[in-house]
Amino acid sequence: MPETYVEVPILKQGPFLIATVQSALADADLAHLREALVDRMGRHRSRGVVVDVTALDVMDSYAVRTLCELATMTRLRGAEIVIVGIQPDVAFSMVQLGLTLKGVPTALDLEEGLAFLQERAQCRRARD
Amino acid sequence: MLSPLAGLDLQPSTQYPSPHTITHEIVAHFREHRSQLRDDWLQRVKDQHLLTVLPDDELVTEATMVLDHYLDALETGSLDTLHTYTRNLSNRIIPRRVETREVVALVLNLRDVLARALITQYHGDREHLLAILDNYQPAANRVANAVAVGFVHERDRVIREQQAAIRELSTPVLQMRDRLLVLPIIGAIDPQRARQLTEQLLYAIREHRATVVVMDITGVAALDASVANHLVQTVEAARLLGARVIVSGVSPEIAQTLVTIGLDLSEMTTVGDLQGGLERAERLLGYRVVPTSELAN
Repeated sequence: MPETYVEVPILKQGPFLIATVQSALADADLAHLREALVDRMGRHRSRGVVVDVTALDVMDSYAVRTLCELATMTRLRGAEIVIVGIQPDVAFSMVQLGLTLKGVPTALDLEEGLAFLQERAQCRRARD
Repeated sequence: MLSPLAGLDLQPSTQYPSPHTITHEIVAHFREHRSQLRDDWLQRVKDQHLLTVLPDDELVTEATMVLDHYLDALETGSLDTLHTYTRNLSNRIIPRRVETREVVALVLNLRDVLARALITQYHGDREHLLAILDNYQPAANRVANAVAVGFVHERDRVIREQQAAIRELSTPVLQMRDRLLVLPIIGAIDPQRARQLTEQLLYAIREHRATVVVMDITGVAALDASVANHLVQTVEAARLLGARVIVSGVSPEIAQTLVTIGLDLSEMTTVGDLQGGLERAERLLGYRVVPTSELAN
């Protein structure tokens, strides 16, 4: 029997992918999102991923770990990731729990996140 | 010594009257000797150096008012008017540094003076005296309690208002340029202020869509471990919102504290002074400040 997951919509926007988390996700859903994103990244040859967590009002250690893993996997596949939309209260409770998303870029919202990815892409082009 | 109530010919009744009648009797007795009781009470207040900030005539006026409201409360059993009066009185005397201890002593003295008057009056009839005291004491305690609690409430409210005012004044989050916020922190930081500061900063980052924040702690004399930890957490939380925090003006003492408590500061950008902090922030945002004379060339 196939398992059912809460599907997180993944939109393609030019060279970037946008995943908007719309409700609290169970651990299995998060893992599913991670696989789906990495898969789509390869299919579309995306250069960057924005994960929008504006709707989340809590972030536990599993979610943070999954996001960190996703960041590393993205980098290994030659793309950039940015987490956007962490709410002030969520941010503060995260750091109090020691969940600082170390090394994972963050931005205020979708717009900022896309601007960040664009900038990074330009940097990369300039460097190459 | 002549008792103030000697020679009274109130006949204590021999039957057991209803509580209501007893209350009525007590209050009528007090009313009859109102000024004498008030003066006894004032004498005690003066002997114990209570409410010394009030001039004599004002003390007499307030004492009369308190006594009248006290008797009304005893008679009706309703504390509403007393509450209102206590609130007004507290508002008048709190700015003059009257302490809780004085207010409590004040009402307890009144309670004692009145109880003494009852005992003096009814000591001949033990049963009746007991009935009177049983009726008077719970009511008197309730009233005394209401006054003291009312005062403390009012004082707490004043303190809370002042704290809120100070807090609001003390942590402004200022927008320097588009996307650049400055947070000058001045004075001691206690855990509560630290929390408020964090909250204000995080919401300001979202509201102004800031990407760089300069947190200037030149005006902070010292930090303890928990507040230092909190500031580091604030910097990390700001990063989660996509803003980079530059800390400027770390004094030698604070540097010493941060090193001693062994916080992980590898993620923190620190700059010597506010000017340096602003310059760094402007560079990060892509600004370059050039003298106009150079532009002309």
